[in-house]
Amino acid sequence: MELRFDTACKYTKDHEWIRLEGNQGYVGISDYAQHAMGDVVFVELPEVGASFDGGDDFCVVESVKGANDVYTPLGCTVLEVNESLEDEPEKVNQEPYESWIAKVEVTNSAEADQLMDKDQYEAYCASLEEE
Amino acid sequence: MYEDHVKLKGKIVDFGGWALPVQYDHLGIKKEHLQVRSVAGLFDVSHMGEVWITGEEAAAFVYNLVTNDTTLLRDGQIQYNIMCYPSGGAVDDLLVYKCGDNRFFLVINASNIDKDVAWIEEQAKGKKVTVHHASSEYAEVALQGPKAEKILQKLISEDVAQLPFFHFYEKVALGNLEALISRTGYTGEDGFEIYVPWNDGSRLWNMVMEAGEEENLEPAGLGARDSLRFEACLPLYGHEISQDISPLEGGLGFFVKLDKKGFIGQEALRESKEKGRYRRNIALEMLEKGVPREGYPVHLESGDLLGYVTTGGYSPSLDKNIALALISPEAFEEEGPFYIDIRGKKKEAKRVKKPFYKKNYKA
Repeated sequence: MELRFDTACKYTKDHEWIRLEGNQGYVGISDYAQHAMGDVVFVELPEVGASFDGGDDFCVVESVKGANDVYTPLGCTVLEVNESLEDEPEKVNQEPYESWIAKVEVTNSAEADQLMDKDQYEAYCASLEEE
Repeated sequence: MYEDHVKLKGKIVDFGGWALPVQYDHLGIKKEHLQVRSVAGLFDVSHMGEVWITGEEAAAFVYNLVTNDTTLLRDGQIQYNIMCYPSGGAVDDLLVYKCGDNRFFLVINASNIDKDVAWIEEQAKGKKVTVHHASSEYAEVALQGPKAEKILQKLISEDVAQLPFFHFYEKVALGNLEALISRTGYTGEDGFEIYVPWNDGSRLWNMVMEAGEEENLEPAGLGARDSLRFEACLPLYGHEISQDISPLEGGLGFFVKLDKKGFIGQEALRESKEKGRYRRNIALEMLEKGVPREGYPVHLESGDLLGYVTTGGYSPSLDKNIALALISPEAFEEEGPFYIDIRGKKKEAKRVKKPFYKKNYKA
């Protein structure tokens, strides 16, 4: 299985990504995550205006197999949600790095240093595959 | 067959001690599901349990053990059945194959094997029957879908079109293997289940896959098996029926012959039926966005709790989110609207007729 990565993203161990532009960023789930979940059939989007700490329950991605919790990579407030996923949830499988779930304002962008960059995350995924 | 699944990039999961593919990487559950509906899929179902009941009292013993009327079976015929406790709760659901008056082959659920065998042996005490637990002796595949007949025909000399639904050949030459082949399945499609000696499993798998190459036969995993059976409203033990959910409550009244001359659980089931106060399993379709899952509560608009979801999920054939739900006796006449509590949010659902997907069996 050839996994896809996006060099512009930072990643969590739970396979979320965030693409930061200053204090704002887009959040989604990685190619590894969508593979593990299987066919995505529904994305229960977070509420615009909702605030979260890093690692909070952010939203739920439903696949044919079951409901999957998605956590916030960083403390943030939701600015906008990707409503197109309500009609085309399969985009999460097809284009995991284009299919952002929400645009957020990050509470403390310095926290992003604790996330993995593309190379670190790629190595992390490889280590999971070996198990 | 394990190595064959790994070669095909099956995602292997532990299922009651069995390492089985839940899905195959190149397809995934949804495509495997649709493939079985439109073409054919091959499932490894070697985890299923098998028990032989033999002896001069075998027919009477099986009759007493299960809810359906096994005296209706001719040799070479199969019947869907439920084994019950005296309480009316289900020990398991099973297929009863009649090979002869003194020989019956029972196929039981993998997760219930130990419990079932103990139960059957307990009932057999003092009877002139032999209970032979044979699960470790058989490998089994299920070839399911509209092209299944054509694919199987390439492998055996018997005229497959002449084998009616829920009938079987006890001993058939399949290439150089000897197989038991039944026209049965758990998908709502036409198809076959093929049993061979355990060590021939991998050969069987590869022979069938090869025979189906022209028809584009694909492997299918446990994930698709569950979504297929769910759409066809075929029950799954531990969900629609269980020790605490009787076959009447599971919507299987048709397979419970209350007028039989005695079977385990008859009195309790008859009493439930006469009083009419037993829970019912209904089919729901989501009107609002959201995916119902097992255990989610089902309410009326007033907030009254009716019951809970026994199986829920996305239906690939219908492209809808659907649920089976066990509801209280009083709620049976309710027409809705119904609301399913999805992680604290009430989402509207409507009641629909069963099954969600009309079975596509050959008569």
